[in-house]
Order: sequence, then C-alpha cells, then structure tokens
Amino acid sequence: MTQDLVVYAIYIAYAVGMLMGFGTILTWVERKQAAVMSDRIGANRAYVRLPFTQVKLIWLGLFHGIADGIKMLVKEDFKPRTHDWYAYAVAPWVVFTPVLLVFAVIPFGGMLDPGRLFPGLADWFDGRTYPMQIARLDAGLLMVFAFSGMTIIGTMLAGWSSANKFSLLGGLRAGSQMISYELVMGLTVLGLILIYGTVDLGSMVQQQSGLVLGVLPAWGVVFQPFAAVLFLTAAIAENKRIPFDLPEAESELIAGYYTEYSAMKMGLFMFAEFIEIAIIGALFTTLFLGGYNLPYMNDSGFAFPGGTTIEMSHGAVVLTQLVVFLLKVLLVCSFQILVRWSLPRFRYDQVLSFAWKFMLPLALLNLIVTVVLVWSHQRGPW
Amino acid sequence: MVKTPYKRKQYWNEPELTAWERSYLPEIVRGLIITSTVFLRNMGRWMTGRKGALTTYYPEETRADYAPGNRGKHVLTQRPDGRPQCIACNMCATVCPAKVIEIEAAFDPADTAHPKYPARFEIDYSRCIFCGLCVEACPEDAIRMVKETPGLPSDARGQMWLTLEEMLSWQPASDVAKPYPPKSGPGGAPAQKGTAP
Repeated sequence: MTQDLVVYAIYIAYAVGMLMGFGTILTWVERKQAAVMSDRIGANRAYVRLPFTQVKLIWLGLFHGIADGIKMLVKEDFKPRTHDWYAYAVAPWVVFTPVLLVFAVIPFGGMLDPGRLFPGLADWFDGRTYPMQIARLDAGLLMVFAFSGMTIIGTMLAGWSSANKFSLLGGLRAGSQMISYELVMGLTVLGLILIYGTVDLGSMVQQQSGLVLGVLPAWGVVFQPFAAVLFLTAAIAENKRIPFDLPEAESELIAGYYTEYSAMKMGLFMFAEFIEIAIIGALFTTLFLGGYNLPYMNDSGFAFPGGTTIEMSHGAVVLTQLVVFLLKVLLVCSFQILVRWSLPRFRYDQVLSFAWKFMLPLALLNLIVTVVLVWSHQRGPW
Repeated sequence: MVKTPYKRKQYWNEPELTAWERSYLPEIVRGLIITSTVFLRNMGRWMTGRKGALTTYYPEETRADYAPGNRGKHVLTQRPDGRPQCIACNMCATVCPAKVIEIEAAFDPADTAHPKYPARFEIDYSRCIFCGLCVEACPEDAIRMVKETPGLPSDARGQMWLTLEEMLSWQPASDVAKPYPPKSGPGGAPAQKGTAP
C-alpha cells in the first residue's frame, strides 16, 4: 500500500513537473522557432547575473519565461466592475485545472518494476509492477474528452462574467467553436477505438508496440492516417490557436474572453493554452504515434526484423521510454507552433463551416470506412 | 441620352484559384513545407556556427553597409592643432528643433584668432531627431554627422548624452575640407577659415 503511494506520488510529481516545464519551455520554443522561421534572432535579452560577479547567463533567452512569470506575478490585479465576481475569479481555474487533469490517464512510459530498478528495495516492493500512468482507468479516453470539455465552461464563464461586450463575444465564439471541434475530435478517435477495441489509453499504447506487415510499426497513424490529420486539426482548433484563434482575435476583440483579466489570472489562461499544446502533443503521441514505443523496441530491448536483437537493462528501457515519449511530444508541439506561424487566420463563419461542412463529413466518412474494414476483417475472408 | 452609371475602377486582381488550390490542403502543406524549410535552413546555419538571421544583434554588432549619407552620429571637427573647430556661436543649438544641444562657451585670450571655444558641448541623444539641421547651420564646418551609429542604448535617459570628448574622437585618415590628421600641440598649420568673416 505504502509502496503504491510512493510510486504514484513520484508519478504525479513527474507529470506536474513535466507539464509545468513544457508550459514554460514552450513559450521560449514558440518565440525562438518563430524567430528562426522568419530570419530573426528572437528574444535573448533577459539574463541572470551570477551574484557578486559580472557573469551574465543568457542561455539563448531561456530566462525570458521566468521574466514573464515574475512580471505576471507582480502586476496589478485589475478588477473589473462586474456583478459576477465569483465566476470571474473562478474562470481561469476552471480552464486551467482540467487541462492538468487530462494528463492523469496518459501513459508516459511502459511497465515499471521498482524492484528491478533498485535491487535494495526489491524486498519492500515484493515484485509489484506499475504501468507508468497516473490513473489506469478503463474509460481513459472518455475522461480525456470529459475534462477537455470542461474548459469550454471556463472560457464561457470568463466571457460572461467580465461585464464586457468584447469578452462576451469572445466567450460565445470560444464556446461554439470548441463544441464544434470537440465533436470532430471525438468522431476521429472513434475509428481508433474500433480498431483497438478499448478506450483505455494504456492498452491502446501496448497494442501499438507491435509491427504491421513485418516492417511498419503498428502505430495509430499507420492504421488511421486520415484521422490523424483530422484529429490534429481539430485539436489545434479546440486549443483556439492560429489559424483558429477567433475567440481571441486581437484585431477585432482586443483579447476575446480574457480581455478583462490581468496579472496572474491572465497568466493562467496563457499557461493553460501552452500546457494544452503539450497535452495535445501527448494525446496525439499516445493515440497515433505509438506513445512511448520506438519501432522494433519491446520491454527487454530492440528486436529488428532481420533477427538482430539488442538486450537492454530495465533501467535503460524505462529511461528510453520516458525520453522517447518526451521527444515525440516535443516534436508534435513544435509542429503545432510551425502551423501557428505559417497559416493565416480564418474568418469566423469559415471556422464554423469548416468544422460542420468539411471536417465532420470527412470524419464520418473515415468512420464508415473504418467500420467496414474492421467488420470485414473480423468476419474473416469470404 | 442615357447616363452610364459611374463604374469604380477595380484596382485589385480577382483571385483566380485553380481546383488544386481550391482544395486547400495541398496549398496548406506547401506553405508548411516552405516555412519548415526556412526553419531547418536557419537552424542548420546556427548549428554550424554561422548566422541564421538577417537581423543585427545591435548594439553588440552594427551593420557595415550604412549609406554614406546616413546621419548616424555627430562629430566635431578639429583645427590643425587639435583643438575643436567650434567657436561656440550657438547657431546649431538655436536651429535645433528638438533643443538638445547644450554649449557652454569659454574664453581663451591666448588664441587671438578665435578666442571663444566650447568648454562643454553635449547632445542629448534621447531626444535628438537626427535631422542634420545643426550641420547645415554651422558656419565653421565644425559639426558634422557620420554614418556610424552611436553607442546609444542605455538604462537611463540621463546617460544618453554625447560628450565633447566623444565627438572630438573622430579622427579620419584624411578629409577633403580639413587638413587631417591634425598635428598635435600648438604651432600647427594655420586654420583654414571657411565661411567665417
């Protein structure tokens, strides 16, 4: 019992630390990647001076995130004259908390055997193994959608309680846009659920560790390439980032639903957005990119199609899986940032008709094709 | 007679999209490929120790390709004996639209030809608009503007003053109007008076 508590406490600390780290690092990645993409240098003026010396650590501008954080913490907390003060205060947390909770069901590594990892603790752990996932829920994917649906409430609360017409419009836009794209996201994932026969993310990833046709890794993107594109598009749209950032369209709505927010409340909205980038990256990795799996890798090492095998120790396997998961997530995040700095913004009617008239039929079509294929596969050859 | 309604001239081109472009996704992919190519190219340059950006890391580095007529910063020319050409007549300070030039005149009875000289000559670069009117107003060809930019950035406005010593540090190898370089110490060649009476 105590062993479980210790292991899960470590998992939770790792997950929260990882998400916070991603939230901070991604602000830097976004700035720097945008700069490099447009032939600029990017933010690099913030520095930390070592005490009692003149040595200034710049580290490619990594400290700009800290500077931003300090600025948001010490800024004046502006209070609008709203009658819905409670909703106004609670809205950022309603946006921020579910984003963190989503990560609870995402597996970030394979099976962990603490007894093998630390032989001194082998007796205490008594051969117990733990999947590297905070909550091993049967309804994992459903929980993801339930919690990411809660952020809609937060944005609409913020828009409604700010007592500002721009905020209200932004909140309305956010609500209708997120609901539309939530639907598309759910439909694209249905195909995967049919193929894997489960909504448990952990076993979904385990099923992606094999091979298809002997060479290809059995990743979701191989089975459902079409759904992968649709899912990523819908996920970016649900995160309200360019090219779908109509709820915050600063040229028309100032800042949309968080116009009236300042200081750390506004920081929470921003932070939630950046963490959601990481969450989308983690979800996409888990569903379509094989999670922590490398091609040809299993729990004891590598096994290449030619028959060559490389044995690895348990610690090396665990470390590889953790690092591979982080790298994949970072890659997907980087792709989202690439999209954000490449594509122009939609018009608002285009956003909604894109969801309902283009993506929804395509997702349905994808689902139908998947259903037919899965059915004929299960039925066996005629 | 039927009056034809005024038809506004159309200055823009109607977008003519082909079916390929209208299908949206290929063009999106093309755009993403362009931007990621630029990203990878620049990243490759940074990784191999070259510069992957067009911007200049000012003020640590300045561009070498300023135009010759660029009004970068002020300099004061010198007499052949090394003292400033300026006679502290305050014409530049008078004409200055931003009122940034501060001159404190002093008297030197030993130099009978031009006993008035500037003890202080300072320009507040936090307000200077770099219009070059001071150069035009100067009767002595004493103040000029060169293309190099000043070391301007500072934490405080009070530190953005260009001082006399800094402006006198302009030492070109040769000059069309002045016998540069000036010989050190008194007793150099006589000053070439330009427009002064």
